[in-house]
Amino acid sequence: MKIDRRMFIGAGLATGASWALGNARAQGSQTIRIGHITDMSGVYRDVEGPTSVACLRQAVEEFVAQNPDIKVEILVADHQNKADVGLGIIRRWFDESDVDVITNVGNSSVALGAKTLIESKNKVALISSAGSSDLTGKSCSRNSIHWAWDSWCLAHSTATSLVKSGGDKWFFVTADYAFGHAAQADAAKFAELAGGRVLGSVKYPYGSTGDFSSFLLQAQSSGANVIAFANSGADLINCLKQAQEFGLTAKARLAAMVGYITDVLAMGLPVAKGLTLTETFYWDLNDRTRAFQKRIAPKLEVGVFPNMSQAGDYSSVVHYLKAVKELGVSRAKSSGLEVVEMMKKMPTDDDCFGKGSIRADGRKIHPAYLFEVKKPEESSSRGDIYRLIATLPAEEAFRPINSGDCALIKN
Amino acid sequence: MQALYAQLLVGLINGSFYALLSLGLAVIFGMLNIVNFAHGALYMMGAFCAYFLLNIAGIGYWPALVIAPIAVGIFGMLLERTLLKWLAGLDHLYGMLLTFGIALIVQGVFQNYFGSSGLPYAIPDELKGGMNLGFMFLPVYRGWVVVFSLVVCLATWFLIERTRLGAYLRAATENPTLVRAFGINVPRMITLTYGLGVGLAALAGVLSAPINQVRPLMGADLIIVVFAVVVIGGMGSIMGSIITGFALGVIEGLTKYFYPEASNTVVFVLMVLVLLVKPTGLTGRAA
Repeated sequence: MKIDRRMFIGAGLATGASWALGNARAQGSQTIRIGHITDMSGVYRDVEGPTSVACLRQAVEEFVAQNPDIKVEILVADHQNKADVGLGIIRRWFDESDVDVITNVGNSSVALGAKTLIESKNKVALISSAGSSDLTGKSCSRNSIHWAWDSWCLAHSTATSLVKSGGDKWFFVTADYAFGHAAQADAAKFAELAGGRVLGSVKYPYGSTGDFSSFLLQAQSSGANVIAFANSGADLINCLKQAQEFGLTAKARLAAMVGYITDVLAMGLPVAKGLTLTETFYWDLNDRTRAFQKRIAPKLEVGVFPNMSQAGDYSSVVHYLKAVKELGVSRAKSSGLEVVEMMKKMPTDDDCFGKGSIRADGRKIHPAYLFEVKKPEESSSRGDIYRLIATLPAEEAFRPINSGDCALIKN
Repeated sequence: MQALYAQLLVGLINGSFYALLSLGLAVIFGMLNIVNFAHGALYMMGAFCAYFLLNIAGIGYWPALVIAPIAVGIFGMLLERTLLKWLAGLDHLYGMLLTFGIALIVQGVFQNYFGSSGLPYAIPDELKGGMNLGFMFLPVYRGWVVVFSLVVCLATWFLIERTRLGAYLRAATENPTLVRAFGINVPRMITLTYGLGVGLAALAGVLSAPINQVRPLMGADLIIVVFAVVVIGGMGSIMGSIITGFALGVIEGLTKYFYPEASNTVVFVLMVLVLLVKPTGLTGRAA
């Protein structure tokens, strides 16, 4: 059913996209073209989608205001979470629309599938919403940079910190597909390394009917003091809602392996309170992040706060355009590889992630933050939802460069 | 053993949603001969209606149990009057395609305006908390869902099978021309019946809002299972769909305990087995 619905919407969007492409072609070739490929209609619409487009526009507007001589254009398309649809659009952008860089690119299947294409066309990929740490490991590419977060970073931060604070008996509720398995395996490994034990897990079929009470009862009777959810989006929200209902929080802490501020806002603090999760960006971290939120707010719907992926779209494009300016537009357009190398040479600095750098394997590094969701009575405004529990410095937040199996490092 | 009791009870709770939804489908199919693929979208509209009533008009859960099914039921009757009635007498496929299309449009529009993560709806204060049954902690709200949906299911069965109005309805399905000859307005009855089926879906939506996130695709995930329930129970059989709804909830609950990976497929495996042995469904009559 979902597939057909998406095909239906996809057909409409494809028509819109081709119109935009036609327009883009008609203009001069000394323009930097950014192709933003994301989920505009499916399950990840809220964690990527329109807010990620707003963040990208913010980055471009700020750059163009200071550098009016450099022209930048944005194209937006919906990959509908299908690798083949995403690849088709990216190929057309490169072949017909003179696109120089693709942004967002989530989910992982689209990002992994696009690797060869991006390398063969010598373009740039700035990946901010795909989670697989393979993107800077086995599947690393000299033409792409993985920006905001990855699965290794989140599992490592959440699992290690929770065990340290006494959460040593784990039970996993896991979505039964590649992402869920990987998230569980990573987190279990870090929990055990830190001295914790995994008491059990239950794998439920992806695309279930939204009732998780059976699985939650199993988690409850296991005696675990950490119940970890290796799922995301609507499944995670329903799990937490029902966990509160069945009183699981009385004896255990709940942890999300991948959770965003967008999920927490959607379920509300009465449901999310006490949840532990890791993000690499939060609007209320410091003066710079608050300044960013103030600038971006007019572009967003009321009550929306960007998550780490969406902030990654802002940050990655800010840095990309700096590198373009350094190289000059025509050189940047002729070689994506040169732009990426320039980006790796320059230190990164923006309001969302502060100062940071890009490693040789294409991993952008910055600190990761372990948050606990506040109780409703502790929150002073809609966006005031996290309490910072621990900060992992940039050097520790991501997988050590030598253990990822990235071919760029061996050579 | 205690865990098993808990799973049985949880299965019964899920079964009450299946029963309510499949009952609506069975009423619509039995009386109108329409395979209503828009049922999941209408269920979702019921939940959204409850959300709007609370957040825009300040009207709480209890009035919403009445208002939302009526409002969505009226929407359903408009659909029937403007679109579905033209398909009377045509092959089932046309009705299926039309209602499927309606579902896609409704879900797409809601997704566009309200996003994919959905909106929160709290459990009403009167039904918060839970009780310790010894073998499990039963949230009061879940207990309420089972009791309330059982009452609604039985009332609907009584209305259709045991009252004069129900008799007219069944007669109008069997032989509309003859019933019209007795001076009964058959098209109006059909519209009202569709409204009733849709209202049941919306009611299930309101019941579900406090335990599932109110989101545009909440019905799309559920409707396929519910169709299997109706097929197993026998298309159009009222009592059959009620009993099958509860029974399949329990079977699914047990699967979630013994072999969770198969919990999504067990209903369909059963459907295949039933169709092989008894193509008209467990309680269905041969056409």
